[in-house]
Amino acid sequence: MSEGFQPRILAFLCNWCSYAGADLCGVSRYQYPPTIRIVRVMCSTRLDPVHLLEVIRAGADGVLVGGCHPGDCHYISGNYYTENKVHATQRLLERAGLERKRLRLEWVSASEGERFSKVVTEFTNEVTALGPNPVSKSEEIQAALQAAIDAASSQRLRTLVGREYMITEVADVYGKKMPKEAIELAIDQAAEDEFYRNRIIRRILTEPKSVKQIAQEIKVPSDKVLQYIISLRGENRIGDAGHAGMSPLYIALQAGGE
Amino acid sequence: MPEEQNGQAPQGPPAESVEGQKGESDVPRIGVFVCHCGTNIGGYVDVPTVVEYVKTIPNVVHAEHNRYTCADDGLRAIKDGIENYKLNRVVVASCTPRTHAPLFQSVCESAGLNKYLFTFVNIREHCSWVHMNDKEAATAKAKDLIRAGVARAGLLQPQKEQRIPVIPVAVIIGGGISGMTAALSLANQGFPVHLVEKEAELGGFIRNLSNLWMESGDPKTSVEPTIKKVLEHPKITTHLGSTVKLVDGHIGSFRITVDKGGKDEVVEAGVIIVAIGAEEFIPESMYGYEQFDNVVTLAELEILTKTDAFPKNLKDVAFIQCVGARGQVQSYCSRICCNVALKNAIYLSDRINEALIKKGAEAAKDALQAQEGQGAHPSVRIDVSKETVADELIKRRRSRRDRDKATEPGAPPSAPSADQRANITIFNRTVNAYGVHHEVYYNRAREKRIKFVKYDLENPPRVTSEEGRLVVHYYQQSLGEWRALKVDMVILATPLVAAGSTEQISKVLKVPRGRDGFFLEAHVKLRPVEFATEGIYLCGTCRAPADITESVLQANAAASRAAIPLKRGYVQVEALTSNVDAEKCVGCGTCECVCPYGAIEVKQTPQGFKAQVNVAACKGCGCCASVCPQRAIFMTHYSDQQILSEALAALMDTCQGVSQ
Repeated sequence: MSEGFQPRILAFLCNWCSYAGADLCGVSRYQYPPTIRIVRVMCSTRLDPVHLLEVIRAGADGVLVGGCHPGDCHYISGNYYTENKVHATQRLLERAGLERKRLRLEWVSASEGERFSKVVTEFTNEVTALGPNPVSKSEEIQAALQAAIDAASSQRLRTLVGREYMITEVADVYGKKMPKEAIELAIDQAAEDEFYRNRIIRRILTEPKSVKQIAQEIKVPSDKVLQYIISLRGENRIGDAGHAGMSPLYIALQAGGE
Repeated sequence: MPEEQNGQAPQGPPAESVEGQKGESDVPRIGVFVCHCGTNIGGYVDVPTVVEYVKTIPNVVHAEHNRYTCADDGLRAIKDGIENYKLNRVVVASCTPRTHAPLFQSVCESAGLNKYLFTFVNIREHCSWVHMNDKEAATAKAKDLIRAGVARAGLLQPQKEQRIPVIPVAVIIGGGISGMTAALSLANQGFPVHLVEKEAELGGFIRNLSNLWMESGDPKTSVEPTIKKVLEHPKITTHLGSTVKLVDGHIGSFRITVDKGGKDEVVEAGVIIVAIGAEEFIPESMYGYEQFDNVVTLAELEILTKTDAFPKNLKDVAFIQCVGARGQVQSYCSRICCNVALKNAIYLSDRINEALIKKGAEAAKDALQAQEGQGAHPSVRIDVSKETVADELIKRRRSRRDRDKATEPGAPPSAPSADQRANITIFNRTVNAYGVHHEVYYNRAREKRIKFVKYDLENPPRVTSEEGRLVVHYYQQSLGEWRALKVDMVILATPLVAAGSTEQISKVLKVPRGRDGFFLEAHVKLRPVEFATEGIYLCGTCRAPADITESVLQANAAASRAAIPLKRGYVQVEALTSNVDAEKCVGCGTCECVCPYGAIEVKQTPQGFKAQVNVAACKGCGCCASVCPQRAIFMTHYSDQQILSEALAALMDTCQGVSQ
């Protein structure tokens, strides 16, 4: 993109490995670009997809999540959940029209000071190549990110992502393991559905609209919008609001994913 | 759980309404202390400019810079600041919370401020030290980071810490000199100790040693009494032939599953000391090791000495130092090998000379009888002819010195000539005979004519075999040419390396290892005998190569650190726990399924199934909160709002809270 563009990257680092790795990087005087701002969390698993999307919506050009290497988590298994949550967030980012590469997950141990500087340098270069986060210039992307945040708050997606590790790596309630691909597919579907359902709701918060209008606005085929409208109406999340000519109008009864 | 948490809406309403609820007294009055850290920060960040900027951030009522905030006057400044400006939040922008948070927190507490109202901003490791060539950018970044810290500080709430009881029992893993010393120290203080040793007997690495120290010779006189004391101590339970299989729990109450030859035994303890020691590096296919006879490692030499199994007619010996260390295979200096080599070189020199003198005397007698003298030693074949000149000189000097020494008790009856004495050469990169005692032994080695020949990494010595004798080819630096030295034995000084079980123990205990495989202490200088995980300590060579003196010192240090919680009887756990908003909770159990500690469970209540948190078991990782489908879980001290406000403030030039 433009010359001289210096990305603003937010780094969420876990206290025990990545933050300590960043400390060691400093102690060892490995230099890296001044693009990141570090926020410490006790474990990378504390990070909710909502946090990550909020930071992107606030204009961060990139978000780095740093955790302990698989198997090394101070909290035993926290980083496996982090991985699943980051992947789900990346799907939502793509749905919202942003590059999934803007969100990066890295395992950095407390002894990998030099690696930390390499990770930051590499990610900075990658984000620089992607260019500035377009969110502040595009109302469309802002609206889409809002829907992504709503989707990340939705019960369906959170349950699936939350239980993904248990179902695929340990066992489900029937003592069986589910293939990773199957649950990934389910999460993908849930992410898509929840994203569009919330896109629709956000469009009819104040002003009643017809299926056709909504379909045009969010650039989704009318039949798909209709399906979502039917399911949302069944859940009592949208209601009828009269007619415009022959077309029925709908209005949201409740915003957000909860 | 402090009462005030329960009354608070778990998702955390925007900052304004919290203030409204809490009344005027809780309007944040934030004090910011920016540290120069000498030039560590001040040299790369324009600290005064940062402080001027910080003063403009909302809710900041006081900002100042200190040369060293962690020094006495810096700490006093914080205390005075809290008093003079009625601060109710303190932000320190300096180094890393991983080492210095407890210090600043205790100062806040001493001034009557709850320690959870303190925020740490790292502008050294994460800023000044990594942007040393860009003062402008580093200064801008420091401003951003402090702004983020201030945003977080404004949202912090005081917390009360839980006290959990400590089982007054210690488990020590490893029955070497470190483990035994630590065990005796704790047991003598009255605490029951379980000592777990994987071998069938106690003693560890030093069982192999021939003599521990120059004069104090036999390990039997120093180590075996220790072993006996441990075995006979009424407070020490020794588990021989046992390994640690599983550990769960936390400081105060660990459950350690000990695998006793296939049979599991569960031990409950309040603290754990790791003293699993190290192993010697095996120099596979280096310097003729395993290729020629009589090429041995230092540890093998100790065993040969102990069992008196030397090659016959030993006279010419070469030590090669730093084999596999300091850049060859391992990166570090093993610290002990120079001294061990000196010890053994002196020992060999004495032993060989004694034997040669005896033999020489016998030969002389034989010669007298047979009227025909034979060579003192069949294998005397130093074919470096240039040495004869030097020998002449040495003979002259020796004759002078021997005159002086003639009255000394214990001096050899007659000085052996050059071909009648041990010829010991230590090939080294530097001799690190550090400290008071070792230098004495270095000098003694010089007096005994042990030669020190330097080599460097580019031209290390090579070991070959010619006509049944070993030959060390070495690059003589001062002459700038390759020379050859025929020897009877080559001893390779190899470094100590992390023991094979280090990895398994690090997984079981969830404690980190450094780049070289040894365990990584919490802080190399300030907390050298403990792990970052509370209640787990370490000592001896599992931490880094150390000699016996150092291992014993560390073991006593670790034992005294471990005795603190044992003696006190309780520990205070950080108030970082999860809290469930029962109204939002639908009892789905997702939190229960992700919690690695079983600290959150869905239970039947009059309101239906609701998740409930066991605060003592909760570690505060926040996994449950970040997957809760209802977003009904609130994390103490790391709430959604606190995390997001900090993140957004770091990005934007504003301190506004998050509105969702």
